[in-house]
Amino acid sequence: MRRVAILGAAQTRFEACKASLAYNELVYGVVREVLDRTGVPMREIESMVTASQDAYDGKTISGMAINEVVGAYLKSEAKVAADGLQALLYGVARILSGEFDLTLVVAHCKESEGDPAAITGLMFDPFVQRPLHLDELTAAALQARRYCRKKGLTPEDVALVSVKAHRQALKNPYAQRAGTFSVSDVLASPLLADPIHELEAAPRSDGACALLLASEARARALTDRPVFIVGVGNCTDAYWTERDLAEAGALQEAARRAYAMAGIREPAREIHVAEISARYAHEELMAIEALGLHPNPVELIAEGRAEFINPSGGPLCGNPPTVSGLVRAIEAYAQLSGEAGARQIEGARTALAHGAGGICGQNQTVVILRRE
Amino acid sequence: MSREETTLRVPFLLDMEYRYAVGQYGRRFFTELRDHARLMGARCPECERVYVPPRPVCGICYRELHEWVEVGPEGTIVGWTVVRLPFIDPMTGEQRPVPYGFAIIRLDGASTSLYHFLDETDERKIRVGQRVRAVFREKREGSLRDILHFRLLEE
Repeated sequence: MRRVAILGAAQTRFEACKASLAYNELVYGVVREVLDRTGVPMREIESMVTASQDAYDGKTISGMAINEVVGAYLKSEAKVAADGLQALLYGVARILSGEFDLTLVVAHCKESEGDPAAITGLMFDPFVQRPLHLDELTAAALQARRYCRKKGLTPEDVALVSVKAHRQALKNPYAQRAGTFSVSDVLASPLLADPIHELEAAPRSDGACALLLASEARARALTDRPVFIVGVGNCTDAYWTERDLAEAGALQEAARRAYAMAGIREPAREIHVAEISARYAHEELMAIEALGLHPNPVELIAEGRAEFINPSGGPLCGNPPTVSGLVRAIEAYAQLSGEAGARQIEGARTALAHGAGGICGQNQTVVILRRE
Repeated sequence: MSREETTLRVPFLLDMEYRYAVGQYGRRFFTELRDHARLMGARCPECERVYVPPRPVCGICYRELHEWVEVGPEGTIVGWTVVRLPFIDPMTGEQRPVPYGFAIIRLDGASTSLYHFLDETDERKIRVGQRVRAVFREKREGSLRDILHFRLLEE
């Protein structure tokens, strides 16, 4: 079977408001960086997959407003209006089809330009939920409560995730929020919606990222240190009101598919780095368990053995929606190509990137990357 | 059941405000327009197309645009219409006065077209290829509406 490699990647620093840059300028910055790093000229790139959301951009067909900066004139371009890691899946499929050898995957979002609470509110059912002003935060709080109750977790247990994330983010030059916080600092930060505190929720962010995918033949011609995508899995669960929010069935199934494709039998032993799309602290605990990385995530973190999980700090340290999932793959790629700087996990050969979308993670994506 | 009983609908009013960053290229374009009533484009170093409004990259050559050139204020009509259907202007929330002339205008020195109003509503007096000139507002704020409309030039 054909294999797909990542040739190079770039991301912007996450910031609450990138007021000086228009969308096309923001996106051009990361695309230019990918071209410069890989040495591949734009004329050789045959297809583009972009990820953005019309509601955040305040513009329908939001992918069309950036088509010149992603080099899509008279080329095959498609937009994914979902988490950025799904755009990666789409890009991989394009190369596996044999139709394309080089595909650029790009994601952008500026939460600062719209009203994020109103925008996430549009995800909800208009008849029985929107009249109640539900938004993503409220739904996450209900899930966090349900999960903690089921697992018998204390507020201190969940706060550990935030402590670790912000400490690890100190080594990430792209992070928007980082710091040395204690459990009591986290629990003293404002309560947004019980039990979620400010330091346990991803901040509002602006950002963009891009990566270049190549067929194996093209990758071997262009680099002697290819990083391959060896497993992908995607799964959608029931609408959030129709399932037990303490369970992560869709993530388990997405992981099962990705592991099977990558030949992974013991993820706890075989995954050296995992970048998890946890927009709320409790989601990281749920994901560690569902991905089979450890049966007791709180113990893993409390004992200081969870450094390999979100070495970037993860979405708690910067989370432009849509961009965030693709950044997980870019961070995983950086780890495997030895470009992760101060946050490098030594000796990492296999990495996992996780993306989530929808209310309480209705849609889940898992990607496994491996270097030779 | 009557039709009325079977067509219950839930109303939903969405009030959404956006604050779009115009960016580096947009800032210069609108500043020149506001402060000097001047229309600017950016030239591609490879194909020499002049883009109006200016942008970071030539979509065809994929080269960065750094050379700024003044274009217009005169130009040529590429395509036109006269709008007669009344509709609510999303920028003001009020009904746009109809009729009004609207045209695709290729400004002198530009390779792309600007879209704007015409000062004429009589279809018999407008034609493709006709020369026009931008009429700027006295009080300008840094938006495309700093151009009031394009005036048809006598030939």
